[in-house]
Amino acid sequence: MRLTVDHVTRYSYDHPVRSVVQSHRLTPSVFAGQQVIDWEITVSEGTKGSTHRDGAGDQVQGWTIAGPVSAVEVRVRGTVDTTDLAGVLRGHRETVAPEVYLRTTAPTRADVALESLARTVGDSDLLSLAHSLSTLVSEAIAYRPGVTHAHTTAAEALALGEGVCRDHAHALIAMARVRGIAARYVSGYLFAAQDGTPHEAAHAWAELHVPGLGWIGFDPANRCCPDDRYIRLGSGFDAQDAAPIRGVARGGAREAMDVTVAVLQAAQ
Amino acid sequence: MAQFNEMYQGTAVRAPYARLQDWVAAMPQELRSLKQAEAEALFRRIGITFAVYGEGGDPDRLIPFDMFPRVFSGAEWARLEKGIKQRARALNAFLVDVYGRGEIIRAGRIPGQLVWQNEAYEKAVVGFVPPKGVYSHIVGIDIVRTGPDEFYVLEDNCRTPSGVSYMLESREIMMRMFPGLFRENRIEPVDGYSEKLRRTLASVAPKKCKGDPVVVILTPGHFNSAYYEHSLLADLMGVELVEGQDLFVDGEFVYMRTTEGPRRVDVIYRRIDDAFLDPLCFRPDSMLGVPGLMDVYRSGGVTICSAPGAGVADDKAVYTYVPEMVRFYLGEEPILKNVPTWQCGRAEDLAYVLDHLPDLVVKEVHGSGGYGMLVGPKSSREEVERFRAKLIEDPGNYIAQPTLALSTVPTFVEEGLAPRHVDLRPYCLVGERIELVPGGLTRVALKEGSLVVNSSQRGGVKDTWVLAE
Repeated sequence: MRLTVDHVTRYSYDHPVRSVVQSHRLTPSVFAGQQVIDWEITVSEGTKGSTHRDGAGDQVQGWTIAGPVSAVEVRVRGTVDTTDLAGVLRGHRETVAPEVYLRTTAPTRADVALESLARTVGDSDLLSLAHSLSTLVSEAIAYRPGVTHAHTTAAEALALGEGVCRDHAHALIAMARVRGIAARYVSGYLFAAQDGTPHEAAHAWAELHVPGLGWIGFDPANRCCPDDRYIRLGSGFDAQDAAPIRGVARGGAREAMDVTVAVLQAAQ
Repeated sequence: MAQFNEMYQGTAVRAPYARLQDWVAAMPQELRSLKQAEAEALFRRIGITFAVYGEGGDPDRLIPFDMFPRVFSGAEWARLEKGIKQRARALNAFLVDVYGRGEIIRAGRIPGQLVWQNEAYEKAVVGFVPPKGVYSHIVGIDIVRTGPDEFYVLEDNCRTPSGVSYMLESREIMMRMFPGLFRENRIEPVDGYSEKLRRTLASVAPKKCKGDPVVVILTPGHFNSAYYEHSLLADLMGVELVEGQDLFVDGEFVYMRTTEGPRRVDVIYRRIDDAFLDPLCFRPDSMLGVPGLMDVYRSGGVTICSAPGAGVADDKAVYTYVPEMVRFYLGEEPILKNVPTWQCGRAEDLAYVLDHLPDLVVKEVHGSGGYGMLVGPKSSREEVERFRAKLIEDPGNYIAQPTLALSTVPTFVEEGLAPRHVDLRPYCLVGERIELVPGGLTRVALKEGSLVVNSSQRGGVKDTWVLAE
């Protein structure tokens, strides 16, 4: 499928700040499931900083914006050809050992409820266990925007029974680690057809590591594995670690953020 | 337990201490008190104090200084030096390996879990080889002695070991107060440390640096307990002492604000923890670091010393495997021995530890500064039982070691001279070359019989001499 992305993030400050520094994971991952046709990232009045591919295979790009500045616009536009690999991250070059992702972080720490939920399914083989866990999360946390926030933990989302893709992913990661499966948070985009299913175009899901197969994506929010409607950007222990944009403004102003994302299918 | 006295064997005086015997004999009590007061005044004047977090009291408390030096013969030191350098090489080889292919884990010589799930293992630097393949540029190795030729490593400090200022100032003060001693004894100088440190830091400048590297020391600020040391080292090396807010990232490089405008920085000797280095990579609430620093670092625009992630080599659970690292990477037998260590995370080890708790020293895996530890033989039954409960709750967080009969060195106390337990922390510099000044920080437990030498636990310091052969 050929997908086009237009993703604009606007930061505005209530008074001009001295400078803004950002670190981006906004470039599509290099693997067999996606091929970049064109991709451009622009930052208003920004100076491109250093770039590197990290051990997890993500393209990381630094940006600096000299002040005084009261608004910054980050715009991502591009076209990617995607292939359905049933969630398998085939041909992705990375050097971080999967076992590193057995570590827990604050939002992905399993409480008693997550732990016992994770233990309600058998483990005939790891792949079916991974699928079962993902289904459990879909059933336990209903999609509802606005009830959780950036710092909601997996345990809190489960107790609430509601949340967004970020909460689904955190919960699945927490439960997978309980069962000894390395798991990580993935951020990216999702093209949603007009079939009424809930979606977030700026999307997130989880990847679980199954020895022999490698990393496999699971999207409990949409009860499926990522296919050709998905564009993968980067990964991390949790949402913060995998954030497409991390930034700091110097100058102590209050920051407001506005995001618009359009993911469309393009004619090939 | 027979304790090795480094000066006396029975009534005989060991050779390195021969001249100190006469020095003490010739010093009347009044003069000694006078000199002790003078030493304290000097320490106070230069402002070398040691504040300890969470202890309350006087944040500018002086660390006690004992005038009686600790002495090594040239031959003793030569062997120690070989062992220290060997260990520093192995630790750095380990760090490059575990952030690269992880051969030592593949070979089954160290459990992957200990490395990969270690909090100090930084995912952000996987696949990165710092300039000259060095992660830990200043390796502080804590060593204790139990006999004439028996040395054990207690722990390694690969991040930012502190205390070197005490090594430098103790020497300075001893030379000022007792110039005669330095004429009578041929004592190797330690004042070359700062120049060697500067050379070491400059030797790991990033590839993108052309010309003479600009080195800075990054401090968390004056409220930090080691701030005096940060400013002393900056002074001695002739480099800038900066805080996070003095540095900024612009494009592909890091700059410092100066009165003449921005100046590019090539090497940062940081005295702040990984977690605070860069809010865009680590703790987002950190105000101490430099936003964007890690992106510049990873693309070779700046060198950070010690390298982020170096802490995985000095974890107390990883410590057990350092002799294995020496064999694996260097193909040599370790010159310095490890203290036998039980990993409480292992069921059979835990069973042994629980059975022998009153005889053992138990430490937290990530602890430092002598906090949160149990010295079995020195603890009451209640203390042991309280600790037992903590241990059972989270065994993986603890390691245990036998109580060693630490060597003693004569120390001035109220009643005159008395043996007190000591340890040693030498500072090994690793850059293009591996260097070690002859000496280090000798810490002394001033409380009679105490084995805990940490300055936060009423430990003092002594000047450490290495005699020229």
